[in-house]
Amino acid sequence: MSNTLPDLPYAYDALEPFISRQIMELHHKKHHQTYVNAMNAAEAAYAKAATPKERIALQAALKFNGGGHINHSLFWKNMAPPASEKKGNGGVLKDGPLKTAIESAFGTFDNFKKEFNTTTAAIQGSGWGWLFRVGQGLNPSTKRLEIVTTANQDPLLTHVPIIGVDVWEHAFYLQYLNVKADYLNAIWSVINFEEAEKRFLEGNGASKL
Amino acid sequence: MAHVLPDLPYPYDALEPYISRQIMELHHKKHHQTYVNSLNAAEAAYAKASTPKERIALQAALKFNGGGHINHSLFWKNLAPAAEKNGLGGTIKDGPLKTAIEAAFGSLENLKKEFNAATLGIQGSGWGWLGYNKTTKRLEIATTANQDPLLHLVPIIGVDIWEHAFYLQYLNVKADVRHPN
Repeated sequence: MSNTLPDLPYAYDALEPFISRQIMELHHKKHHQTYVNAMNAAEAAYAKAATPKERIALQAALKFNGGGHINHSLFWKNMAPPASEKKGNGGVLKDGPLKTAIESAFGTFDNFKKEFNTTTAAIQGSGWGWLFRVGQGLNPSTKRLEIVTTANQDPLLTHVPIIGVDVWEHAFYLQYLNVKADYLNAIWSVINFEEAEKRFLEGNGASKL
Repeated sequence: MAHVLPDLPYPYDALEPYISRQIMELHHKKHHQTYVNSLNAAEAAYAKASTPKERIALQAALKFNGGGHINHSLFWKNLAPAAEKNGLGGTIKDGPLKTAIEAAFGSLENLKKEFNAATLGIQGSGWGWLGYNKTTKRLEIATTANQDPLLHLVPIIGVDIWEHAFYLQYLNVKADVRHPN
């Protein structure tokens, strides 16, 4: 069963002015599509592999491309057209369990943003910044939020991803050039907090992949 | 003794049409400069560190920024304006290097093919290298991740494959990136 490129939940220019149409088109139609194609090829090769050695040799391709597919699939859904431009609900964190949990873990939303951006900007190479939930079950008092980064296309394995931000240079360079910090400030205007809260409340993680 | 950003050996537009002036300016004046500044800061902190734990904690910053400074300093020098601009870039004359390349790879075309395949295969940010193995006295291709410097071979040619090195001009089509080196 082949993996396929999921459609974006919005038009390519919907996240402007925070993320340009050009970036969204390349990021979705070229970069993510390539991960999907390469993942399908790696999975096909793995199905044919007859020895442990052959299977191990394919692990890197499965992790890199599988991770790329997982991460980007989560990414498109955790963004939304910006409310500041009256295009959608992007950037709006309403009162509710997620807001309460963020404030309890980080003090204020601004503090959370600052920590997230600092941690993510510090990745030495390519990777992703994540807000994730620690703690199993539906008991809200056992859900704690933390920030972590993963390298390259490593997926978040041991925790439930709430929000992920791509800091590979292809995610921002055409618009923000080398000024990663400006991209990290801007992206909060298009983060889909409703989707994030759904992930926070579900016990089993947002990625079905 | 603080590190400084080395000057480019040619103007910012000298590598066109292969590498745009815009990329060269950002790459040199912003990216490499940042590695230099951060390396100086990390070294200053290291000099003040008084415990093994503090020194170990600074290793990542020293490796990343030190590597960034080493790698980019080599990079600027291993590029040159192309022949169409009366430069040496892209031309390999008869001599010890050409002989060694042909001995290790068969032909220059083969070297390029293998080098490009290895470099394009990097899963993330990094560098492709042609390096000299002092033990076997042969040329080899290697890659390093992120800003890791090439340690086990003598670097002969390095190619930066971080997206900042090509994206503004080549977008996602890494395979099209050409260097006059």
